[in-house]
Parts: sequence; C-alpha cells; structure tokens
Amino acid sequence: MESFHLSETPIDSATLSRELAHASAGGCVTFAGWVRDHNDGRAVLRLGYQAYAPLAVSEGERILVEAREKFGIIDAHCAHRVGTLEIGELAVWVGVSAAHRDAAFSACRYIIDEVKQRVPIWKNEHYADGESGWLHPDNTPVSGNDRLV
Amino acid sequence: MNYRVLYFASLRDRAGMDAEQVNSLALDARGLYTELRARHGFALDESRLRVAVNGAFAAWEQHLHDGDEVVFLPPVSGG
Repeated sequence: MESFHLSETPIDSATLSRELAHASAGGCVTFAGWVRDHNDGRAVLRLGYQAYAPLAVSEGERILVEAREKFGIIDAHCAHRVGTLEIGELAVWVGVSAAHRDAAFSACRYIIDEVKQRVPIWKNEHYADGESGWLHPDNTPVSGNDRLV
Repeated sequence: MNYRVLYFASLRDRAGMDAEQVNSLALDARGLYTELRARHGFALDESRLRVAVNGAFAAWEQHLHDGDEVVFLPPVSGG
C-alpha cells in the first residue's frame, strides 16, 4: 500500500491516522504543517505548491522506508498538498505509530525534515504587496529567483 | 535527439511553460541545460539544481537517449 500521498484536495488526516492503528502500537505521533500568514517578515496571502509527482512519490516512499528501518516503528504515512492553499490549510501531514514514544517522535521528526530537504515539491509564497517568490527548504528566498511582480 | 523537458518553480516562470519538446545535439543533461539556459535566460546556475531523467534522480553526465524525459530541479521547499 502506498504510504506517501500527493493530494490536490484537502488531506484526510483522520483516515490516515486510523490506518496507523495496530495491536502492537503503544502510541502515535503526528505532525501537521499549516499555511501561516507571514514568512521572513512579510505578510503572506496564500501559497502555491508544485510537485514533480512521480519523483515526489518515489522519494517520499523512500523516506518512509528509511524511517521504518532506522527507528523500528510500526507504520508511517505522509501526505502533502499541491495547488493553491489558503492561510490555515493543512499543507503537509506526517503520522507514525510505534511500540514506544521515543521511536515515534524520532521517526516523525526525521520524515518531515527529509521531506523538506529531498522531495521535489516547491512552495511559492504570494505576498500582500503583490509579489511572489519561490523558497529554499529553510524558507529563505531562492536568490536568482525570477520574481513575478 | 528529441527530449521532453519539464519545468517547475522559477524555471517554469522564466520559461513561460510547463514542458516542451526539445530537439538538441546535447548528449547529457549538462549540455542540455547549458543550451536551454541560454535560450530561456534561466538565472539558476547548474550547481543549484538537481537532474532527474525518466522520473529518477540522475547525474549531470548521464548519457541521454532519444525520448527521455528530463527535469532540472530547483532547490526544493516542500513542507
């Protein structure tokens, strides 16, 4: 079953959470990434996400496999939105179930960090002043950006 | 050789298109990017990009084949 999902529609985190349930699981850690109204001192109106879908899914799946191997967890899922998102919308969701909490917290952190560094998804911030810009993994602007005014 | 090139993020904005069919003499991704950078005026140096061929990460020197799908990946920013 696929564990990494790209979605053009709102992420159903409740359903994804239920899929993590297992008789040997002692806990579940989830991370929800929301669209916030500011970045780097600028007011943000909305975000646009693009993805190179085939590679995003295969690289996302690879990260989930790594997390299972490194931390001995029971299951993990990740979903990421593409398209236009408004302030407050769920942009990315990670859920991990494990026998014990240490492994679940560590694996959840690993997955979101690796997704941000490796998966070919791009975030375009649309600012209140009418500009927009593509960002780095640390949310700083890509210099050499061809900013749209 | 004919390649299908896909564009994302700032490269898509600058090229003004999502994808194009490119007829080129370039035999690897480095040569192809050099050619397309000159054509579209891409600001990003190849040191800032990664390459994917047919849906998998690839080396800049990987030999390209007719019909390959080539993607130049700007710095990513998911999450």
